[in-house]
Amino acid sequence: MSDTPFVGTPRKATTHTNQNEGLIFEKSSPGKKAYRMDALDVPAVDAAALLGDTLRTDNLGLMPELSEIEIVRHFTRLSTWNYAIDLGMFPLGSCTMKYNGRVNEAVSRFEGIAEAHPYQPESLSQGALGIMKQLQDCLLEITGMDAITLQPAAGAHGEFTGILMIRAYHESKGNARKKVLIPDSAHGTNPATAAVVGYQIQNLKSNADGAVDLDELRKAVDEDTAALMLTNPSTIGVFESQIHEIADILHAKGALLYMDGANMNALVGKTRPGDFGADVMHLNLHKTFSTPHGGGGPGSGPVACKAILEPFLPTPVVVERENGTLGFDYNRPQTVGRVRMFYGNFGMFVRALAYTLANGPDGLRLTTEDAVLNANYIRAKLEGIFDLPYKTRSMHEVVFSDKLQAKFGVKTGDMGKRLIDYGFHAYTVSFPMIVSGAMMIEPTESESREELDLLIDALQQIAREAAENPELVKTAPHTTRIRRLDETAAARKPILRWQGPPQAVEADTAAKEW
Amino acid sequence: MRYLPKSPADRESMLKEIGAASIDDLFDSVPAEYRLTRDLDVPRQHSEHEVMEAFKVFAAQNATGYASFLGAGAYRHYRPVVIDSLSQRGEFLTSYTPYQPEIAQGTLQALFEFQTMICELTGMDIANASMYDGSTGAAEAVMMAVRVTGRNAAVIARTVHPEYREVLTTYAQHQGIPQTEVGYTANGRVDVAALDAAITADTACVLIQSPNFFGTIEDVAKIAEIAHAKGALLIVSIAEAVSLGIVKPPVEADIVSLEAQSFGVPVGFGGPYCGVIAAKEKFLRQMPGRLCGQTVDTEGQRGFVLTLSTREQHIRREKATSNICTNQSLVALMVTIFLTVYGKGLQELAEQNLAKAHFTADSLAKTTGAKLLFEGAPRFNEFVLTTPDTAAAMNAGLLEKKIIGGLPMAQWYPELGANASLWCATELITRAQIDAAAEALASTALTTA
Repeated sequence: MSDTPFVGTPRKATTHTNQNEGLIFEKSSPGKKAYRMDALDVPAVDAAALLGDTLRTDNLGLMPELSEIEIVRHFTRLSTWNYAIDLGMFPLGSCTMKYNGRVNEAVSRFEGIAEAHPYQPESLSQGALGIMKQLQDCLLEITGMDAITLQPAAGAHGEFTGILMIRAYHESKGNARKKVLIPDSAHGTNPATAAVVGYQIQNLKSNADGAVDLDELRKAVDEDTAALMLTNPSTIGVFESQIHEIADILHAKGALLYMDGANMNALVGKTRPGDFGADVMHLNLHKTFSTPHGGGGPGSGPVACKAILEPFLPTPVVVERENGTLGFDYNRPQTVGRVRMFYGNFGMFVRALAYTLANGPDGLRLTTEDAVLNANYIRAKLEGIFDLPYKTRSMHEVVFSDKLQAKFGVKTGDMGKRLIDYGFHAYTVSFPMIVSGAMMIEPTESESREELDLLIDALQQIAREAAENPELVKTAPHTTRIRRLDETAAARKPILRWQGPPQAVEADTAAKEW
Repeated sequence: MRYLPKSPADRESMLKEIGAASIDDLFDSVPAEYRLTRDLDVPRQHSEHEVMEAFKVFAAQNATGYASFLGAGAYRHYRPVVIDSLSQRGEFLTSYTPYQPEIAQGTLQALFEFQTMICELTGMDIANASMYDGSTGAAEAVMMAVRVTGRNAAVIARTVHPEYREVLTTYAQHQGIPQTEVGYTANGRVDVAALDAAITADTACVLIQSPNFFGTIEDVAKIAEIAHAKGALLIVSIAEAVSLGIVKPPVEADIVSLEAQSFGVPVGFGGPYCGVIAAKEKFLRQMPGRLCGQTVDTEGQRGFVLTLSTREQHIRREKATSNICTNQSLVALMVTIFLTVYGKGLQELAEQNLAKAHFTADSLAKTTGAKLLFEGAPRFNEFVLTTPDTAAAMNAGLLEKKIIGGLPMAQWYPELGANASLWCATELITRAQIDAAAEALASTALTTA
């Protein structure tokens, strides 16, 4: 870091210390083993005789051969190349990178839970069903909805399920309708989802406050409109104060309100979508309910709805039988069908319920309040240093723009990269699209005042650097083991798998230094 | 609340600095009539110990200490301890989707290794960084084939996992993808004559599963020949990934949709699992989901990035190849660690499965009045057995001996009758359990006879 100037004295700057490590295939040698099979207690078989011409004969190609210690070191070294919540803050707007309680991991590994087979008899699955039922009850109370499915595997899968249910509802009235309205501030999954369900997409221009423009909405909604997909709070972190009017405009024409619950962590315990007019919504258990992001999944996207949509829920649904036991009901004539095999990402239900129990009603409310407090604190400290395009009240996230720094040639993406040198993950860059050069910051409740002050300090320094030494910011990050990567080359000539033994490819340049 | 890192004094001073009189000032954009003024009616705040106890109670209400012969898309294999020691490291567990590659090389390199191993095992050129699971992966593969061929229909083998087929029907219903189902013959394999007849000029793809839902290994080369002769693609779905250790990979297929749960992922009541789509390189641009690619940084060092994202929803919105965003990264990491531990030893693991399943099948078939169905074609670690009484009655008898028997088949295959059930034996089934099951089956057969 000695050759990397910082303006001032950054308190959390990092050198990202770690070791070099090649690909696992480059470390493999014939004859090494990291496993030993149990002694075979049944007669051995002649695989060639049993399988005939379906026998595999290629000796499993390039599959690696290593010892256990080498495997442990390989993945441990790789892990040190990652930034993670356990190391520090991810101010990623919309992504809700909050602390993942470790008790959640512990309980999900209890034998009766981790080893439960999805087809084991219902009488021997009462614990698993009990977890699903209790989580469902909690989520219904939190959302103010009437019915729920836990089956969708992620947020986008939940959107798919919700829009399918809306379509089935309209079909039950004799007309599936043609289009889904989507604000220009929406997540990319929204239009992609509506398209998969066979709807045309009509974009809705936001008003000067970044909210839904009621006049635009009135003009757009007609008898062909199936639904509006709305994120609330919106992607600029603002509560749609006219939400009930929005719902009324839709309902007057028979259209429904789909709420993208990606930002539900701003609302839990303070207000309920079911009370303010949403007809159906998804939740992201990996955002609001703290199940780990794991480098990009698994997620879980339960869908909660009003009673009018309940008949269309995917099968099976959890029901309480007359004898008081729990079971799955498959006999749902109006169902949209199954969206995933078995019952969804059950392991995430376990973790989300553990989180809910650890919080209780008071903890859930305080969590929401702290998330909103943190975002507003960042906003108060950084307004003026960065351009704030929308002055409306922020909830759990705040969106600045790079307008003041762009005049020095420094863009939002550059400042996001520079934040890495200060020991943080980048904020969300260039989203939502309605803000040019967006810098979207969501601290979550998991950050102490001290950590927030470090982030604020880092961003203030970066703003100074942008003015005084823009090249420093434009070439960031400087302290990571890998510098900016050539993404254009990656896409132009894709290399999506290891190409062959070490001698056949360019040697690991990092390894040469040894 | 123990997860919240703020003191009451912090909150007070922060509010002051913001210029708000109370926390509720920050929620004033929520119209008063929609503000919740009561506590949520959810269980009270639990200590960590109380959370543990609550889940111990749940866990005890599930089956433990049973010998289970269930498979059918969820397979119990040994999970080496290092899978959890490594994947539970906070740097993996609590990291985000690797959109900032400079500080996500750990996840990215592991995904690159994952993609490579999936290609090696399936015989395909390219593989993505995971899908939700095998069922949605198969549906996405069919939609991919529709985009590739410009044709709109699909021919589906009835021996594909019934729940995979249900998911496909859900996905396809508003895409205008008519599906034709093709049955099976006495040896449990796809009826190739019927298949040939079902493929038309509109057929984008044929979807089969191998080993199929009955445990039978399909003649992939033959089916590929038939599909290709009529310009349709062949998609092979694989639900029991361990089979790839010993069963010839479906190299003749155009797209392979794999459920990788068998590679070190707990059965966990059905999820999270790890789907993945692999394909011939020429179909790259129509691949759904995230892809990890190799490149270099500004100093020429090798590094990895998520690439070809112009296929994806956050760039292409309604024109994306899929709406998928979050996938199953951490589970893909578990799979990668499992595959690194076994490596070429996957063959030995698969061979033990083969031995256990054949011994189990032979043992159970000795029961008076019991019979193995679908003889005459190779099987991996599952088989269908008919018993002298209904599968439900036989299983009730087995349960008393703490044995979970085969899965009753009539719910999906009424033509097989109420007495047919699907059994699975992995390397974790012991000789003692097999003997006990055979004995219990024989005595139940006697009682019900």
